[in-house]
Amino acid sequence: MLSYVGRRLLATIPVMAVVAVVVFSLLRLTAGDPAAIIAGDNATSQQVAEIRAKLGLERPIAQQFVIWLGNVLRGDFGESFFFKKQVSELILDRVEPTLALSVCTIVLTVATAVPLGVLAAWKRGTWIDRGVMGLSVLGFSVPVFVIGYALIYLFAISLAWLPVQGYQRLREGVGGFLEHLILPSLTLAAIYVALIARITRASVLEVINADHVRTARAKGLAEMPVLLRHVLRNAAVPIVTVIGLGVALLIGGVVVTESVYSIPGLGRLTVDAVLARDYPTVQAVILLFSMVYVLLNLLVDLTYTVLDPRIRY
Amino acid sequence: MKAVAGSVSVAAFPPAAAAPAGIARRLRRHRSVALGGAILAAVVALACLAPVLGTVDPARIDPVVRNQRPGAQRLVRNADGAQTTRTYWMGTDSLGRDVYSRVVYGARVSLIVGVTVALVSAAVGLVIGVLAGYLRWLDGVVMRVMDGLMAIPAILLAIGLVSLSRAGLRTVILAIVIPEVPRVVRLVRAVVLSIREEPYVEAAVALGARTPALLARHVLPNTMAPLVVQATFVCASAILVEAILSFLGVGIPPETPTWGNIMAEGRALFRILPHNILFPGVFLAATVLAVNMLGDGLRDTLDPRLRRQI
Repeated sequence: MLSYVGRRLLATIPVMAVVAVVVFSLLRLTAGDPAAIIAGDNATSQQVAEIRAKLGLERPIAQQFVIWLGNVLRGDFGESFFFKKQVSELILDRVEPTLALSVCTIVLTVATAVPLGVLAAWKRGTWIDRGVMGLSVLGFSVPVFVIGYALIYLFAISLAWLPVQGYQRLREGVGGFLEHLILPSLTLAAIYVALIARITRASVLEVINADHVRTARAKGLAEMPVLLRHVLRNAAVPIVTVIGLGVALLIGGVVVTESVYSIPGLGRLTVDAVLARDYPTVQAVILLFSMVYVLLNLLVDLTYTVLDPRIRY
Repeated sequence: MKAVAGSVSVAAFPPAAAAPAGIARRLRRHRSVALGGAILAAVVALACLAPVLGTVDPARIDPVVRNQRPGAQRLVRNADGAQTTRTYWMGTDSLGRDVYSRVVYGARVSLIVGVTVALVSAAVGLVIGVLAGYLRWLDGVVMRVMDGLMAIPAILLAIGLVSLSRAGLRTVILAIVIPEVPRVVRLVRAVVLSIREEPYVEAAVALGARTPALLARHVLPNTMAPLVVQATFVCASAILVEAILSFLGVGIPPETPTWGNIMAEGRALFRILPHNILFPGVFLAATVLAVNMLGDGLRDTLDPRLRRQI
């Protein structure tokens, strides 16, 4: 087991290396002078020269990459050109809203999508199954921001139950914190629920007709324990895998959802940074999100042994 | 006796190898293909016929008729000085542009982006995937690069790529293609790896078939069905990503009518004038839904092996 963890950790190194190269090249491989792009249209040639010196652009590109990577590994993403702050500070400031939104969404998704998927598989071929699958295709197709505005219009403007936009930090009170998270989480959960419900249905269908399930029913076990202990347990590995892979969708959705709801998180920071052409911040956010995604999926791989004792590494 | 012969022939040929005529018939009978295809045909017609569908110049700014509600009728002065009454079926935006015309013309951008991204990423993915699956020395390197690209969430990578140059149609298409290619490569490579172990391929090798002939005769035809299915889903996701980029303000320039741009423009006044988000949103969702349904149907019909996956 321990050697497997070690091997998997080693395997993420080439992946993260490619990510680092891509993120690094984002700025260096553009047509034109990166220093001029960063400095903007109104910069004097002296300002451009300063930025060029700061980035070490006169050095060979490989050397630049090593210096940049060394800084990044020490948590130094440089200074934001737009916010005039250390990028690492900027990111730390913005982590809470994004983390709160993501955790809330994942909990909401797993709590609704897995039961829905099991229900659809259990009642396969009926209108319940078709309804769940239809909603799932819909969830894939309706863009996040359309769902977001529809929910705002319904629950925040017409019914006035919930705040329209904005975010409240946890330390300013749990009630307001949760109130501001309900609509964004629902919005973000839509596509994720669609994905997980679909895969849950598919993997439950794989095992629901298995011999051991028939045996469990034959020995007189009630339907609920059969579904939970014998069916879902055996269908768990693909479901958990897709929960991990779906985090990519979630991250994409976070960017949009935070813009729709004016939540000052990392997604909003990404958009603001792109609009301001603040490349150090863009690079840092992309790198960070990708790292979280890779590590989460590593974690998912490691849970397989818990979920399915037959899997041994 | 005839019935028996029929059932034997069905059993002898797996569904994936059925005659093209059979596929066409099964496709037509598939409900989600019919519905998705019908919606999509309507959107294509809308895009092609945009100038004759009672639209005006979608970029024309008219400060006099700003922020009209859907169905509003206003007296407007034409270029020749004559006055006519115009009905704004979907209202106008905060610059007085006709939302109906913008939505109709917006269909063009979405379809162009969807189809181009699907074709380009399928073609590029096919070439890289076949090479990686067939040439062992290339496989390791190519797949590590693809893994790395796939580790970056697609929308983030697209946003990052778009930020590099002045946004335009070509930049946006390229920015959406790059994150999609690794997914196609993986699929094609997996098919190639399974095909090259097939006995009939080994037989062809033993008979002295050269690699190009082998690829063209045996490998390529087998990648087609999954590739077509995948390309359909790529098309749907490309339409969505383009709208998201435009909506966030980092996509195609705001004066171009795209569904995402119309919604981005309507954000500020959303509380009082929701129509700027509603109409393009409905068209966008319906189009993506249609493409996804088409993809589901194609998958069920062309590639039953994929049916159980998502």
